[in-house]
Amino acid sequence: MTVNELIEKTGYRPLNVSSGYREISGIYNCDLMSVVMSKGFAGAAWVTIMANINAVAVAALTDMAVIVLSEGAALDSVMVEKAKIQDINVVQSDKPIFETSLEIYELMQNA
Amino acid sequence: MSNLVFKYTIDGNDFTRAGEASSDTKGKLKRMGLPPEAVRKVAIAMYEGEINMVIHANGGEITVEITPTQIIMTLADNGPGIADIEKAMQAGWSTASENVRALGFGAGMGLPNMKKYSDEMTIDTVLGKGTTVTMKVNI
Repeated sequence: MTVNELIEKTGYRPLNVSSGYREISGIYNCDLMSVVMSKGFAGAAWVTIMANINAVAVAALTDMAVIVLSEGAALDSVMVEKAKIQDINVVQSDKPIFETSLEIYELMQNA
Repeated sequence: MSNLVFKYTIDGNDFTRAGEASSDTKGKLKRMGLPPEAVRKVAIAMYEGEINMVIHANGGEITVEITPTQIIMTLADNGPGIADIEKAMQAGWSTASENVRALGFGAGMGLPNMKKYSDEMTIDTVLGKGTTVTMKVNI
């Protein structure tokens, strides 16, 4: 499933989708940057509440497919600007982390 | 043949730009066709170091040197120095502020991660003068 397809199927709000063709390889959850740096993986849909600029840097370094801000995490305009520059997809879900992750997981199973 | 060298100045006042040097280095190493695992190790180790320089040391200079067998990162700052390296190397030990923790850092994993993801790491630190961390990743 691509990031574009994820948005189509879930209605998550696209905050920056500059490479929606990216294929999602799996789901990752964590809010602690040092752990994310070492455990985050290429192509991941990273479901997190960390709506800050550093999340974009970490997603870029780990080559994740999309940051999924959950719990309706507050949008930071600087973060979106940074995401555009670094070409990192960011979408927003109003659901909690678990429900969001489960939703993506089920869509991946049926893809 | 002389080794390839990149230099970066890390702005200690700008948390929003922290990670740019690591990101730039990662892109360059990737384009040079270096092994993905080595590139990943450099990206993680250097990012942690870069964040540390911003959080603790008001910035500094990073030099990345690529030799035929290794990627050598030298992170030099004029910060307060590390009072107790043994403690600083312990997972979970941190002097980071609440503000920094709220951003998802300060869990006491920076230096341990830097050691874990480099093949060789040395720390030279003088209290009140600064710290230089050298990390080597084998290609």
